[in-house]
Amino acid sequence: MNIIAKDTPLVTVKGVKQSYNNGASVVLDHVDLTLRPAEIVGLLGRSGSGKSTLLRTIAGLIRPTEGSVDFEGEPVTGPRSGIAVVFQSFALFPWLTVLENVELGLEAQGVVPAERRKRAIAAIDLIGLDGYEGAYPKELSGGMRQRVGLARALVVHPKLLLMDEPFSALDVLTAETLRTDLLDLWCEGRMPIEAILMVTHNIEEAVLMCDRILIFGSNPGHVIGEIKVDMPQPRNRLDPAFRALVEDIYSRMTTRTGAAVPAREGLFPGTGIAMVLPRVSTNELAGLIETVAAKPYDGKADLPPLAADLRLDIDDLFPVAETLQLLRFAELEGGDLRLTAAGKRFAESEVDERKRVFAQQLATYVPLAAHIRRILDERPSHKAPARRFRDELEDYMSEEYAESTVKAIISLARYAEYFAYDEEADLFTLENPS
Amino acid sequence: MVFLPQDRPEQSAVAAFVRSRLLPNSYDVVAFALVIATIALVLRGSHEMRASLDALQMAPVSLDIGHLPEYALRTTLRMFAAIIASLIFTFIVATLAAKSKRAELVIIPALDILQSVPVLGFLTFTVTFFIGLFPGSQLGAECASIFAIFTAQAWNMAFSFYQSLRTVPNDLDEVSRGYGLSAWQRFWKLEAPFAAPGLIWNTMMSMSGGWFFVVASEAITVGNTTVQLPGIGSYLALAIDQKNFTAVAWAVLAMAVLIVLYDQLLFRPIVAWAEKFRFEQTASQDKPRSWVYSIITRTRLLKRLMIPFGWAWDRLMLIRLDGGRTRARSAEVGRASRVIDYLWLVLVLILTAWGAWIAFDYMRQTLSWSDAKEAFGGGLVTLLRVVILIAVASVIWVPIGVWIGLRPAVAERVQPLAQFLAAFPANVLFPFAVVAIVATGVSPNIWLSPLMVLGTQWYILFNVIAGATAFPTDLKEAASVYQIRSWTWWRRVILPGIFPYYVTGAITASGGSWNASIVAELASWGDTKLEAYGLGAYIAKATEAGDFPRVVLGIAVMSLFVTLFNRTLWRPLYVYAERRLRLD
Repeated sequence: MNIIAKDTPLVTVKGVKQSYNNGASVVLDHVDLTLRPAEIVGLLGRSGSGKSTLLRTIAGLIRPTEGSVDFEGEPVTGPRSGIAVVFQSFALFPWLTVLENVELGLEAQGVVPAERRKRAIAAIDLIGLDGYEGAYPKELSGGMRQRVGLARALVVHPKLLLMDEPFSALDVLTAETLRTDLLDLWCEGRMPIEAILMVTHNIEEAVLMCDRILIFGSNPGHVIGEIKVDMPQPRNRLDPAFRALVEDIYSRMTTRTGAAVPAREGLFPGTGIAMVLPRVSTNELAGLIETVAAKPYDGKADLPPLAADLRLDIDDLFPVAETLQLLRFAELEGGDLRLTAAGKRFAESEVDERKRVFAQQLATYVPLAAHIRRILDERPSHKAPARRFRDELEDYMSEEYAESTVKAIISLARYAEYFAYDEEADLFTLENPS
Repeated sequence: MVFLPQDRPEQSAVAAFVRSRLLPNSYDVVAFALVIATIALVLRGSHEMRASLDALQMAPVSLDIGHLPEYALRTTLRMFAAIIASLIFTFIVATLAAKSKRAELVIIPALDILQSVPVLGFLTFTVTFFIGLFPGSQLGAECASIFAIFTAQAWNMAFSFYQSLRTVPNDLDEVSRGYGLSAWQRFWKLEAPFAAPGLIWNTMMSMSGGWFFVVASEAITVGNTTVQLPGIGSYLALAIDQKNFTAVAWAVLAMAVLIVLYDQLLFRPIVAWAEKFRFEQTASQDKPRSWVYSIITRTRLLKRLMIPFGWAWDRLMLIRLDGGRTRARSAEVGRASRVIDYLWLVLVLILTAWGAWIAFDYMRQTLSWSDAKEAFGGGLVTLLRVVILIAVASVIWVPIGVWIGLRPAVAERVQPLAQFLAAFPANVLFPFAVVAIVATGVSPNIWLSPLMVLGTQWYILFNVIAGATAFPTDLKEAASVYQIRSWTWWRRVILPGIFPYYVTGAITASGGSWNASIVAELASWGDTKLEAYGLGAYIAKATEAGDFPRVVLGIAVMSLFVTLFNRTLWRPLYVYAERRLRLD
């Protein structure tokens, strides 16, 4: 790679905004980024932060509402040769064999069958799938399927490879093998690719693979920080510098940018009753409180080792930790999770007392729960249709978010026996079925 | 048939030649016989279709058993033509509905109504229309018959295809756009394969119904025009006319053989082949098998001969009309586009209102309100019959179906039989019932009714069997561990478990019964005519008399009844079953 090429950006994203429903819900806002040749860039963020939407915008699958995407100096108006995508779900056609799946992109380009076959077989060999040409995807393991996905991308000789959480549907061991193989191919320059942009929510994966990490914030999605990773390949997960970087990213992701956020509102978008709540199981909430209360954490846990201990991804851990913070059972600060007095009391109590404490925290700190309860108390029938609250929420958020927020509140309130919900009739009630 | 043992490689020069894959193997012989026979039969049959109507008069349908194979062939070809027409219709119309919001606005409600229109009611108009289109040729009557079968199967095939197109997995859609597949490639690589299993299943279901209509539509009398197309249906009609029991029995036998052959030679291989299109990520345990398909996949020379076709198909896939550019999709809908949407909606509404007025105006000229009252009253009686018969059939077949379905060994043997019975055109059996009613002198108003469910009750049976077979073992075990028995077991365990399947079967059965009422409520044996009061008899009589306004009125009232019945009973049940009782 010569020095001049290194300086001309491969992709330039300028002021991209992506909104739905006439601007009612904004997924991406003011996103700028540049991709240069010879680098692997990671887009690291939580699920629902819009990072996949950004990837699809760069791929030309979705047109941005505002802003522009340039590839090699030309605006991207649709899918184009030179950009290939690898999907989280592999996205293989179950009725095509491995060979036919790999040939697909070439067929779209109008390459004649003989040539197609030659190139596809070369790609299959490169990616380590020799002997599986005639197999159907359903006969392969997850790791093998993603190899097919990679071969399908490489065979069209793209300059830019976009990967949407390529390893997150695989088990730990398989994912690691695939990462290493891909890095080997990349470092040895055996792939005709100039740059890779990968979306991930796995911090360690990003630190392991990327030259540059862009941290993505939610609601709406935007880049909140950029980290250069200067460690040479291959990297060692146990290297202190590696650990320090992971730790640093954890604390960056738990702190909201813009600092001056009122403590009451926590980390969730929206304020008051219009707060978007994540759907978290109450078992996980109780489980996390118990784990942090017990040894070796004794009420205060560092997130990276806690995540490793519980075998949770940040995507699983963060919503639980943040819901604890919302309920004031715990506080998140600089990558640490610390139990509050209420959290400790919860950990020490029996079932009935736990429910009482939970209901108290719910009433005090979750405005939507208090709002529903107040209306149920006021009505003589002590009943209210859930539809009414969803409509109310839809003034502030998209239909989907309103739906999932109401579901989240149902789950919390049922556990606390704060109020009940009858699914058949879609009604909130005060009585629990006896 | 003889299958040669596999030669060991060093045995002979012939063996080497065999391995060079040019010499046909034993499977080729069988496959070739099948292929050549099919081509010869199709050529012969289709040549006869173009014969003139006079030829038909010269050599009318006869009860000679020697003619029966030929009649069977003609009937089969009609089915075949109809299915191809239905497929083409499905590919075009359903694709249009799935791709264009504006087309969808018109097509989907239209399909929904067309599904409830009694097929046999159509015949009156189509016969006149098609005979006018090909004057003096049998082709007109052939087309009318084919069209009747077409109307029996096209709508739900199109619906199934449309629904599949709407649910194409997002990631595969993105792959095909991301790698720049043309609309043509996309259709054949993604959409058609994804929709294939649903489409094939629906086609099979439609075929079951199709046999009924092919029998009913071959011998047609509309006013003064009587056409008897050579076929099993006409043979049967003649046998009934001449009170010839032996001939009726032969017709029943021929029909049975035909259905079995059609299933074995056409559908089984297709189902076995289409197994690979099932959208699942793990290989399933029991795959549908077909001996014909196995033979074809093992042939050697036949495969060789197919290579040029494969090559042509490959080239065809490379055709692009869009200049190789795929556009990005926008998340927001433009304002201009929404204005056009509104204008389109207004236009459609105006055209609909205009059409309704034309129809009303047409009927107003000859019909009075008392006619409407008569048709409506008949509709109520037929509705009562359908409700009672479906209820009775359910009470009988649900327990039996559950019993069979829970015993895999029995189910394996009974299930194909139930499917065969569903496909068997019940109208072939009507003469037996009519003779019995005449002989015993019982009321036709009651005893003609069971004929309506004679062919359709099997849909309930085989769906219930399928449901009970699919009932999860762990739930069965849980029920027996906690000793849930008798009525509680039925109410809490098995009935909810099979309910989604039962509803599917009952919907098909009730739809079929409405259609069958046109044939069942007015039956004859020689000169003896039996009639039950009802909408079906109303339409049948109007058809015989060539009384077009009354036929229109009858069809309209029946469509109305069926649509309302579906909307108020079956659809809510179906939605409920899908939402609450799906086990997967």
